[in-house]
Amino acid sequence: MKKSIASDYLIYDESRGVYTEDPEQAVRDDVEKHQWLGVLHTIMRDWRLYLMLVPMILVFLFWRYFPMYELLGCFKVTDDVKPVAEQFYKGFSNFKTLLSGNTSISTDFWRAMRNTFLLSFYGLCFGFPMPIIIALFFNEIRSNIARSVYQVLTYLPKFMSTVVMTTLVTMLVKQGSLTTNMGILSQLFVKLGLITSEVGNAGLLNSPSFFRAIYQISGIWEGAGYDSIVFFAAIIAISPTSYEAAQIDGAGKLAQMKYVVLPSILSTIVIMLISRIGSLLNVGYEKVLLLYNKDTYITADVVSTFAQRYGIQGSLKGIASAAEMMNNVVGMLLVISANTIARKASDVSLY
Amino acid sequence: MKRKLEISELIFKILSYLFLTIFALSCLYPFVYAISAAISGRAAVEYSEVVLFPKDVQFEAFKVMFSDNLFWNSYANTLYLTFFGTIWALGVSLLGAYALSKKRLLFRKGFNFFLVFTMWFSAGIVPQYLNYLSTQRVFNAVGIKDDKWLVIIAMGMAAMNIILLRNAFEGVPSEIEEAAVVDGATEFQILSKVYIPMCKSTIATVALFFGISRWNGYFWARQMISNPNERPLQVFIRLKLEEFTDPEQMAGWNKIYASDSIIYALIVCSVIPILVIYPFIQKYFAKGVNMGGVKE
Repeated sequence: MKKSIASDYLIYDESRGVYTEDPEQAVRDDVEKHQWLGVLHTIMRDWRLYLMLVPMILVFLFWRYFPMYELLGCFKVTDDVKPVAEQFYKGFSNFKTLLSGNTSISTDFWRAMRNTFLLSFYGLCFGFPMPIIIALFFNEIRSNIARSVYQVLTYLPKFMSTVVMTTLVTMLVKQGSLTTNMGILSQLFVKLGLITSEVGNAGLLNSPSFFRAIYQISGIWEGAGYDSIVFFAAIIAISPTSYEAAQIDGAGKLAQMKYVVLPSILSTIVIMLISRIGSLLNVGYEKVLLLYNKDTYITADVVSTFAQRYGIQGSLKGIASAAEMMNNVVGMLLVISANTIARKASDVSLY
Repeated sequence: MKRKLEISELIFKILSYLFLTIFALSCLYPFVYAISAAISGRAAVEYSEVVLFPKDVQFEAFKVMFSDNLFWNSYANTLYLTFFGTIWALGVSLLGAYALSKKRLLFRKGFNFFLVFTMWFSAGIVPQYLNYLSTQRVFNAVGIKDDKWLVIIAMGMAAMNIILLRNAFEGVPSEIEEAAVVDGATEFQILSKVYIPMCKSTIATVALFFGISRWNGYFWARQMISNPNERPLQVFIRLKLEEFTDPEQMAGWNKIYASDSIIYALIVCSVIPILVIYPFIQKYFAKGVNMGGVKE
């Protein structure tokens, strides 16, 4: 078998003894000519490959695609008594209930939509630039040992589970008076004058106006160090000669940032930004669920937790599914458009 | 030639060190505080005298924790879930990724789309919940009574990880595979003797992703596992927190340690194993992020 340069793209087709460029084309030809034996032969030749695919296909079919079928329950009126499959389609009544704006459930839904969007939007504004800044700072530290120490310490919170992280947060800002029981962080904030002592006494997590701040700050604390890895990798890939050239031209630190570093890591930033926009509506519901309570629904309740309360704790499965349907369809449109933009802008496809 | 630092560079350097030091300390501080609060005396914790170092050292909170059978049970359950969950997810992913990496696979684009679509669109938690309930019924009917296996088999698969593996497999030169074919290797032998050894570090990274997500799993484990003896550690921690921050239940607290100390002791216990293996796995983690770029 003689190898050509193009061998990566040419596939030897045993059944007809020729090299083809596209195995599927060969099958299409066979289908056109009604040579079903040829198709079967092509599949049988690699039956082991197809066998290897089976477990993966089954897992995704059962636990990723079947729930999508269950999602059709949003067009039905569902309760706990009968399984979704045995109920009748009721059209868009669930959607009407959610969107109409007169009932309390509809107010809750709009509140959840707004909170979902705001939580991710603030995450984009405050959470996204942080890893880039940290990566720039890492780059300033010339000593390898010092830098590794900083890196090890800042990646650390990423390794905690959501439960442990939220437990820590809950304990650090818990209610109490300044002298007894108040969480140590709350005490610090009261002493610094960042919050009033009444808020501290009642517990920061019980005050709706602080939920978003707690959510974002704990998110930055948890992930900023770890997320900086990808930006730092882009920065250290910059050739030292670029800096030298800029220095010879008399560029100070800020000018070097502007003309050397930023252009070099711009593509990484764009890719990360777009992927972030794509998952704008995927708020980490587990974290919200673990941090919120009755008093903070106003700012904390997101669509997934709304669905969890009404659909899993309560029995309004149809309504909860309808809420998730809307959220996820918008989310998917965001992902697809973000991906299209990425492909157009930088020839890099995210998926 | 050693260049003199310009003023702007100097300022930026000082700023970097200052900021990073503050940030690194803020990352470390909660852990140190948790340890101190877990081993300090009751009065010291309740009257906020513990700031950094422990005071009136006691180990009662840890002793009480360690004598709790449910605690050890939950720990064992988490290890069980992590071990078997990682093996299951990794095994399925390896086989699938290998097949997907082969250009001669028919309908390859279709299979890829089948995977990637689950990253775009997820059904949401209520339909998933209904789906897991029916799965549970099926599992119970065929004799799998242990809900841990429901969590292991039905949950935790990630399309992203399969794509990472597929990309790594695609990077293996086809000449090596051809050599193995000439030597008479079967498909499974090529995978186990050629591809897996050549992509060791990617596989380690993906295994780590699976392992961490299993170790940290909370929501579905809490929803689906009803038997208290089968609950994993994360659920146990959360239930303890809910119990211990309820003022009504805590009214008659008369131990020599504060009720908070129990929670902090739990946090310490759940973080320590990760800290122990952290130095060994850190490099794989850093690597995984850089592989994030995905191609079609």
